[in-house]
Amino acid sequence: MAAVGSAALFVALVTALYAVGAGVRAGVTRSRHTAASARRAIYCLAALMVLALVILEAAYLRTDLSFALVAQNSSIQTPTFYKVTAMWSSQAGSLMLWVLLLSLFSSAVLYSTRASLREVTPYATAVLGAVAAFFLSLMVLSPEAQPFATLANPPIDGQGLNPLLRHPAMMFHPPMLYTGYVGFTIPFAFAIGALITRRTGAEWIRATRRFALIAWTFLGFGILLGALWSYSELGWGGYWAWDPVENASLMPWLTGTAFLHSIMIQERRGMLKVWNVALIVATFVLALLGTFLVRSGILNSIHAFGESTLGAPFLGFIAFVLIGSVALVLSRRESLRSEAALDSLASREAVFLLNNLVLVSLCVVIFYGTFFPLISSALTGAEASVGPPWFNAFVAPLAIVLVLLAGIGPVIAWRRATPANLRRSFRIPAVAMVVTFGVLATLTPAASSPTSLIVFSFIAFTIVVALQEVWRGVGARRVMADESWPVALSGLISRNRHRYGGYVVHVGIATLMLGVAGSSAFVGQRDARLSPGESISVDGYTVTYREPTAELLADRSGTGAPVTLGAVLDVNRAGRTFTLRPSRNYYPSGDPAAGAIGRFFDGEATSEVDLRWGLARDLWTAVQPDLQALRPSIDEADRRFVDASAPIQAAILREIVESYRSEPPPATFRVIVSPLAAWIWLGGAIVMAGALLALWPAAGARRRLSSVEAARLGRELSRA
Amino acid sequence: MEYAIALVVLATVVLVIVVRPLHGSAGEADRTAELRAELEAAKEVKYREIRDAELDFRTGKLSQEDFRRTDRELRTQAIEILRRLDELD
Repeated sequence: MAAVGSAALFVALVTALYAVGAGVRAGVTRSRHTAASARRAIYCLAALMVLALVILEAAYLRTDLSFALVAQNSSIQTPTFYKVTAMWSSQAGSLMLWVLLLSLFSSAVLYSTRASLREVTPYATAVLGAVAAFFLSLMVLSPEAQPFATLANPPIDGQGLNPLLRHPAMMFHPPMLYTGYVGFTIPFAFAIGALITRRTGAEWIRATRRFALIAWTFLGFGILLGALWSYSELGWGGYWAWDPVENASLMPWLTGTAFLHSIMIQERRGMLKVWNVALIVATFVLALLGTFLVRSGILNSIHAFGESTLGAPFLGFIAFVLIGSVALVLSRRESLRSEAALDSLASREAVFLLNNLVLVSLCVVIFYGTFFPLISSALTGAEASVGPPWFNAFVAPLAIVLVLLAGIGPVIAWRRATPANLRRSFRIPAVAMVVTFGVLATLTPAASSPTSLIVFSFIAFTIVVALQEVWRGVGARRVMADESWPVALSGLISRNRHRYGGYVVHVGIATLMLGVAGSSAFVGQRDARLSPGESISVDGYTVTYREPTAELLADRSGTGAPVTLGAVLDVNRAGRTFTLRPSRNYYPSGDPAAGAIGRFFDGEATSEVDLRWGLARDLWTAVQPDLQALRPSIDEADRRFVDASAPIQAAILREIVESYRSEPPPATFRVIVSPLAAWIWLGGAIVMAGALLALWPAAGARRRLSSVEAARLGRELSRA
Repeated sequence: MEYAIALVVLATVVLVIVVRPLHGSAGEADRTAELRAELEAAKEVKYREIRDAELDFRTGKLSQEDFRRTDRELRTQAIEILRRLDELD
C-alpha cells in the first residue's frame, strides 16, 4: 500500500499545480468554467490527502514495519492511542498533516464562496494550490520527508514513540497548532486575491473571517495544550519557557489577534486596509516560520525535529511569500486608501489601533529574543541567547497594557467618545478596579508585588466591563422587544454571537492572566534531596518522603514504560493531609552497548509529575531517583547475564528494581507551590468557549428577508 | 507496478472530475443565481450591521447623531440591495 500512498502524493502535487494554473487562468479570463475546474482540483487534492492519511494510519495501526516512518516512530508495544497519533511526531508525517488540513480548509472555503467573490476566488484558489504544492513537493522530492518510504529489510520491532511525547496533551498539541497555522492560509490567500483584483473592500474579510477565527482558536488551544504538557510532563514545573518553538507558535497568534480586531474597523469604517493586509501577510509568514523552525535545526529547541535539509527550501518559500506580498501591497497602494479618517483619539478605532500596536510590539520583542542567537552570531561571531528574565522584562508591561485595553475596547464609542459616554461606560468598572486594588493591597499578600496588584486591578476592570456590557445589552433588548430577562439574555447572545463571544474571550484572557500573574509572582519552590522519613516545607506545606515505589510495566499513564521508580509523599497543610505519588519512567535504550539490563535504565526517562490542583494554589511534585546506588548491581547483571534468556533477564530486572524499594537511596525532589495556576487552564477554557460562541452560525444568517421586514425597512428609512 | 497502476487510476479519476466543468455552458440562469446569492449574502450582512448599530446606540457606544447618520447610510444601502434583488425577479 505504500506505493498507492506515494502515487496519491504525486497525483496530489500535479493536482495542486493544476489548481494554480487553472486559478490564474480563471482570474485572467474570468471564466467560470475554469474557476470551477480549479475548485474541483482542490476538492480532489483533499480526497487524495485523505486517502494518503488512511493508508499511513492503517500502517501505524497494524505496525507495518516495512514503512520507514512506522519503524522510526512506533513499535509493537506502543499503545494504540499513541500509534494513531505517532504520525505527526515525524517530519514527513507532520508535513502530510499540514497539507491534509490545508486541503480540507481550502475545500471548505471554496465551497462556501462558490457563488460569491467571483473575481477574487480564482486567484485565492491559485494561492492555496501553490502553498499545497510547495509542501507536497517537499514530500515527493526530499528523501527525508517522504511519508511512504519503505525499508527493504524491515526490523523486528520499531524504535517506538519518543517517551516525552507520550502524553495526551502532546498528541493533540501538533494537530491543533497546524490547524491554526493552516487556517491563516485562507484569509492570506483571499487577501492576495483581493489585492490582485483590486477588490480591497471588506468582502474578502467577510468571506474568510470565520476561518481566521477558527485558526486563531485552534492555534490558541494548541499553545495552551503545549503549556499544559510542559507543566505536567517535563518535570521542571513551569508552563512557558520562552523556547524558540513555543515562541514561534505564539507570534502568529499575536498578529492573528491583532488582525481579528482591526478587520472590524475596516468592515465598519473602511479604514486600515493596508494594515489588515500587512497583518495577515505577517501572520501567514510567521505561521510558515513556525513550521520552518521545527524543521530547520537552526535554533535549539526540545520541540524541534533536529537537523534537517528542509530549512533551505522553507526559507526560500518564506522569502518568496514575503517579497511577493510586499511588492503586491506596494503596487496596490492606491486601492488600499482608507475611506475615512480617525475622528478622535478617544474612540474605539483608536483603542483598537493601540491594541494592535501593543500586540505587534509583543510579537517584535518575541521575534527579536527568539532570533537573538542568530543575530548575535551574525554580528559578533559568537552565539548568545536571551533567557526568560529578558522576555519577562519586555513582555510583562505590554501584556498588562493589553489587559487594560481588553477592558476599554468593547465599551468606548465608535468615532468619538463623549464625556457622557466615558462616564457611563467606565464609572462602574473603574470603581471595581480601585476597590480591587485597595482590598488586595490591604488584606492579602499581593501588596508585596506592585505589578501583580496592577494586573489584578486591570483584570477586575476588564471582567466588570464585560458583565456590564451583557447587563446593558439585556436591558436594551428588553426595551426593544419587551422580553423577560432570561429571554432577553438568550436572544441577545444568540443574535449577537460574534460580539458576546468576543466579550467571553476577553473575560477568559483576563482570567488566564490572573493565573499567569499569580503563579509567576508568588510561586514557592524548593529542591531537596531526601531519604525516607525526611521532610521539607514550602509555603505552608510540609512534604514528607514516606517510601519509595518501584514497579515493572505498571506505568499509571499508560505510556508503556517498563520501569517506573517513584515515591510516596505525605503532605500536610494546616492539619489537612493527603498523599502524592510522583515517579519517573525509564524507557529502554536501543544501544546494544548499554547492556542487557542496563539498557532499561540508560534510555529516555520522563517525569510523571503528581500535583494537587486547586483554585487557590497547586502543589506540584516531581522526583529524580538516584540510580547510582543501583549501578553496581546493574553492571554486574550486564556482565553475568548477557546471554541469559529473556525470562531470566526479566527476573534479574525485577530483583534490581525491587532492591530500589527495599534499600532506598536518597532521591531528589522538586516541590512547587503555584498560586492561582489553575486559573490559566480555566481562563483558556473560557477563551475557547467564547471563541466557539463567536463561531457558531448566527440565527440571523439563516433568515430570509420577509416582505414585512422589507416594508418596515422602507418605512423607517423614509421617516429618518 | 503497483505504483504505476495506482498512479494511472488516481490520475484518471482526478482528470475526469477536474475537466468536467470545462465542457459546460455558461447559462444565463446560473449567472442570475450567482448574482442573487451574492445579493442575499450582502443583504444579510447589511441587516446585521443595522442591528449592530442599533445595539451600539442603545448600549451607549454610538451618540445620537452618529447613530442617525450610520443608520441612514446602512438603510439606504439595504434598500439598494433589495431593489437590485427585485430587479432579478
